[in-house]
Amino acid sequence: MREMTGAECTVRLLERQGITIISGIPGGANLPLYDALSRSKQIKHILARHEQGAGFIAQGMARTTGKPAVCLATSGPGATNIVTAIADAKLDSVPLVCITGQVPTPLIGTDAFQEVDTYGMSIPITKHNFLVRSAQELLTVIPEAFRLAASGRPGPVLVDIPRDVQLEHIAVDDLPAPAVADAPPVVSDTDIATAAEMINRAARPVLWVGGGVVAAQADAICKNLAETASMPVTMTLMGLSVIPRDHELNIGMLGMHAERYTNMAMEGCDLIVAAGVRFDDRATGKVNEFCPNAKVIHIDIDHCELDKLRSVSLGILGDIHDVFSKLLPKIETKPRKEWIGYISALKSAFPPHSPSESGFESPQKFIRLVGELSDNSTIVTTDVGKHQMWTAQSYPFTGGRQWLTSGGLGTMGFGLPVAIGAALAAPDKKVICFSGDGSILMNMQELATAVEHNVDVTVVLFNNQCLGLVHQQQELFFEGNCFSSEYPIALDYVAILRGFGWHVCDLAENCSEEIVKQALATEGPCLIHMPVSREEKVLPMVPPGAANRVMIGGDTNG
Amino acid sequence: MANHAHTVLDILVNNHPGVMAHVTGLFSRRAFNVEAILCLPVADTSTSRIWLLVNEDGRLDQMMRQMRKLQDVYEVTASAEHTKVFADLASVMSSESNQSMAG
Ligand SMILES: Cc1ncc(C[n+]2csc(CCOP(=O)(O)OP(=O)(O)O)c2C)c(N)n1
Repeated sequence: MREMTGAECTVRLLERQGITIISGIPGGANLPLYDALSRSKQIKHILARHEQGAGFIAQGMARTTGKPAVCLATSGPGATNIVTAIADAKLDSVPLVCITGQVPTPLIGTDAFQEVDTYGMSIPITKHNFLVRSAQELLTVIPEAFRLAASGRPGPVLVDIPRDVQLEHIAVDDLPAPAVADAPPVVSDTDIATAAEMINRAARPVLWVGGGVVAAQADAICKNLAETASMPVTMTLMGLSVIPRDHELNIGMLGMHAERYTNMAMEGCDLIVAAGVRFDDRATGKVNEFCPNAKVIHIDIDHCELDKLRSVSLGILGDIHDVFSKLLPKIETKPRKEWIGYISALKSAFPPHSPSESGFESPQKFIRLVGELSDNSTIVTTDVGKHQMWTAQSYPFTGGRQWLTSGGLGTMGFGLPVAIGAALAAPDKKVICFSGDGSILMNMQELATAVEHNVDVTVVLFNNQCLGLVHQQQELFFEGNCFSSEYPIALDYVAILRGFGWHVCDLAENCSEEIVKQALATEGPCLIHMPVSREEKVLPMVPPGAANRVMIGGDTNG
Repeated sequence: MANHAHTVLDILVNNHPGVMAHVTGLFSRRAFNVEAILCLPVADTSTSRIWLLVNEDGRLDQMMRQMRKLQDVYEVTASAEHTKVFADLASVMSSESNQSMAG
């Protein structure tokens, strides 16, 4: 029997859960927790400069390891600041445990200083949430939070702990065992047999993979399956790293910023094997015109996704790795020459925009160059905008948890803190963040955090002095009325980042492969500043709300 | 209310604060009106049953799945038969309000 406070109990439980790094910011309502944390020998605290940064640093760790990561914020403004990072985790199914301080229990509901209804506010953006009402409850709530975050389809869980609960003394006999994720649902053999038969019979099948395949760590087996069946593979934004970029069956990302031939190939398929995807509108275009003639097998760990937007011929509830392993031995080896030939013909008729060579002539070629000069183990993060789509189209991915981007929420400001989190979780790897001058400003304060911990992060900043993707949409769909999307003043990013203590490499001054190589060889935080013309667009593109066959650009290689 | 076919969702939930907000949040985010709510603790009081009177709608199936995913929800079923209870309650309420207006 040991006596401890709620705060100490929380820290012990986090330690038992195997947590070694936590990001956060202290304040009045979580100071007892911080005091207890200061005495932990196991957990290192990363002091972020803004709670949104703390949330995204935790996301960077979780997206890199696949395991729940923890972030802390105080009540009121701390909690409201961290909300965006939690919502982002919800939409991309990232396991997080966010612990917020709350005003003391007797003051809840009185509009006390720094009180907001964190519980109510977080209901729609978490997988589950708790308002802890006694220190005793922590013994069940904390392990439960980890179990929920990691089980099935992962997601963020919020635990709101009032200050008096953190200070309350309790006697603890035995701390509960650390939580583990629930076993995935058992896949039915009949479903596997039906799916195998459908695949074997299909003349023109396509394997469509998303973030769920990455989460299930099924990339290797997925490649195997595709090769056995000669099934071309298309990816959502979240699934881009599943199949190596230059693999012969990789037909690229589908949807709004797909290559024209990719969307056309989808039109022609007779079977879609959709794994870990959620039929998002950015991928399907107008959903009732999405591959109307194809049968669909949909594999997902989340029952809610099956039949959500498209009724499918066969829905398989289960862990994708498990499903693929059971499916693979039943798949007949087939060359499918006609179908593969048809897609190559489409590809020659509508050559891809994404470059097959690297260089400095376009942002896409430059991204490819950075990729070619980097190790295969490099982790890539992005912000949101044209640079994100250019990276999606051009970076030479090689596989696994290598690609961290804000898919569902599309949050500007994601790239830098997530890169810091990734570097903390994988200190032996280089992390490259492709960003834009609009996005980098949104969590710029974390430049200081990066220097403090000397993380091996390189920011490649595409500076077009505007909110590029918005600018492009105004040009294309609002008659060029580029209102409030241009920055009239040029900031000196090189001086600013130097001021934060970053190494800098300014390609505006000097531009050669050698210089880029040197910058990438720099250990610790380093900026590569790349000026880009406002005219550089992301093409081809499906206009928002249109069917995927309606594409602007991409009919020529220009 | 009369123009629509109604059904009742019968939901078994944990009986603690916040559960109703989780359940009704699924409706409010879709601008889907809940016509009537009934909620009573089950015998042991650690769980409650919520009855929601709602319009029949193609989205209900998906919403029931989402509801089952909520950690505090144990069971969800739809039953058009229960609508009668709400009709009876409506007559109780209207006679009550007539009385109080008269008084
Ligand atoms: C937090 C947030 N606010 C607004 C938007 C809308 N938005 C999408 S892309 C974009 C412009 C991004 O500009 P920049 O980061 O410079 O990238 P570029 O498109 O120029 O490459 C904006 C404002 C967003 N995605 N996220």
